[in-house]
Amino acid sequence: MRLGAGRLILWAVGPALWLGLAVPAWGTQRFPPPQFETDHTLPVTHTPPPDAPWRDVLDVAVLAAALGLAAWLVLARRSRRGVLALAVFSLVYFGFWRGGCVCPIGAIQNVTAALAGGGHALPLVVAAFFLLPLLATILFGRIFCAGVCPLGAIQDVVVIRPLRVPMWLEQSLGMLAYLYLGAAVLFAATGSAWVICEYDPFVGLFRMSGTMFMLGLGAVFLLGGMFLARPYCRWLCPYGVLMSWIAPGAVWQPRIDPVGCIQCQLCRDGCPINAIDAPDAPAAAARTTPPAGARLHQGAGALPGAGAGGFPGAGVGVGRRDRRRMAGLLLIAPLLVAAGVLLGERLAPTLARMNERVQLTDRLLAEDMGWVEGHTDATAAFRSRGESRTELAAEAERIESAFAWGSPLLGAFIGLVLAAKLIQHARRRRRDEFAIHQPRCVACARCFALCPHHPGNEAMLIELTREKTRL
Amino acid sequence: MADSPQAGQSSDRRGFFRGLVRGLALLAGGATLGLLATRAQAARTVWQIDPYKCTMCGRCAVECVLSPSAVKCVHSHGMCGYCELCTGFFEPDAPNLHEGAENQLCPTGAIERTLIEQPYFEYRIKEDECIGCAKCVAGCAAFGNGSMYLQIRHDRCVDCNDCAIARACPTQAIRRVPADQPYLLKQVDEP
Repeated sequence: MRLGAGRLILWAVGPALWLGLAVPAWGTQRFPPPQFETDHTLPVTHTPPPDAPWRDVLDVAVLAAALGLAAWLVLARRSRRGVLALAVFSLVYFGFWRGGCVCPIGAIQNVTAALAGGGHALPLVVAAFFLLPLLATILFGRIFCAGVCPLGAIQDVVVIRPLRVPMWLEQSLGMLAYLYLGAAVLFAATGSAWVICEYDPFVGLFRMSGTMFMLGLGAVFLLGGMFLARPYCRWLCPYGVLMSWIAPGAVWQPRIDPVGCIQCQLCRDGCPINAIDAPDAPAAAARTTPPAGARLHQGAGALPGAGAGGFPGAGVGVGRRDRRRMAGLLLIAPLLVAAGVLLGERLAPTLARMNERVQLTDRLLAEDMGWVEGHTDATAAFRSRGESRTELAAEAERIESAFAWGSPLLGAFIGLVLAAKLIQHARRRRRDEFAIHQPRCVACARCFALCPHHPGNEAMLIELTREKTRL
Repeated sequence: MADSPQAGQSSDRRGFFRGLVRGLALLAGGATLGLLATRAQAARTVWQIDPYKCTMCGRCAVECVLSPSAVKCVHSHGMCGYCELCTGFFEPDAPNLHEGAENQLCPTGAIERTLIEQPYFEYRIKEDECIGCAKCVAGCAAFGNGSMYLQIRHDRCVDCNDCAIARACPTQAIRRVPADQPYLLKQVDEP
């Protein structure tokens, strides 16, 4: 049973073989396992198990409890301190302890992949993480963002001097989130990439480890977030888009003090994310201070004409300009969708090339044709394993055709959203009071604490009321 | 203002709008659930490396979100030839056939070589020191039995929704496997 000589020869030629090794080998039973004369027992390969299933159950239970608590703190207690404390807890539990994975934002991709077919497994814990916060939004508004989401929490605690972003910029940047959502769905459905996870700015911080890119992105978001509150939530979060669709229909919504607004504007100025709408200019101009009056000019085109009914023509004194503007927008809408479709069609091949299988197919072809020198790890392994080229080509074609209709669909979606935003902007309803903009509000409860009607702010209420009566 | 007919009308409208949004949301949620129920499999899964697809490219050591990586070398001792001259242990041009660091392939000295009986040596992986670079794996696969290979260690893996190594793997050797069979171990009688 001695193979010493054979091994020595191997040793001699080894280095040469080693250098010439172009294709990987997976090993074969070259040397039979020894028959020991002593009673040596073979060590067993140690296999530490993954997290026990009860950890998943615990996570879902904590998520549900945190959502319930957030709803109570925001809607019943109206307590900023409570919400902040819950946010810190969620940051520690879901963020630093559980490593930020799985989260509802990323779960969009799991659900998409499962819906797209291809046998993608959707663990129950992931389905629960995706659905529970949406269910909570139907009931209570975006309370998940306020106290439960670790990404929201880490941004919320660093807000020190939030700057007011002009509304046109707020709205424009908000479009990025739709693009992000659309791209995430397209790439997940085609099995190409999980962009939400790949570009998650905070998961590296939660784990205290990650690539320089990941950690750098996190640092940029946190530093920027000191002055532009919650940049990810406002302008990128794809899950926030879903919630912004649902929040206006919530059964119980966070509201500005229901007792009697004295139009002090403190809540609006204190909201770091532009989520409080001011009363319409004509109603407000009579009793508010110049900053509010300045909006008279800004909204002059659309507002005075839109009556109680909202639609031009429903109210009194509808300007011809408004009607013409609305008609123009309704005409532009299909054009925007068509432009989106065209752009999507043009981009489809480029997007498809982000898929690994398509890349591999292209690279193999390029190598065969002599367009490129050498090979990649992927092509070398593909060739050495002798996998079927026709199967790969068929797979790549399937992916490309998925992009060929998915990409225009994404374009149409973006065009539609853009058109809807423009129309919505043009037909803003008349508003007499300061009101929380439900789609945008993340229920952080800052405005509650600023309100003169909030318990503990009585002195402020008296002061402000006096000031108003003097005016 | 609150009881003027106009305000009443507008709050009616608002109530209708809220109901509409809620209804649509519930409808969409229900449809999603229905589709998921028919299409998805609700299995718990974890990431694992298929050792027969691995090309020992070395990306596992650097692409993992953890540092050091959650990927480590494991050794199926039942497949091992217990060679005196282990090509997973020694550098191809090792000056001497003993455990000196200059002879070893492993950059961290994570393989322990012990004599069991002449001429058989046992090679154990010291997991704390292994960084998952696959140098030993490549050596063992090229000239040995292929008893050393990489596996994702579930005491370390944080189970990212999108495994960063899987994303970088040139052969899609990393895939999700059922959580109740979390390892893809090589066996003696397999190819």
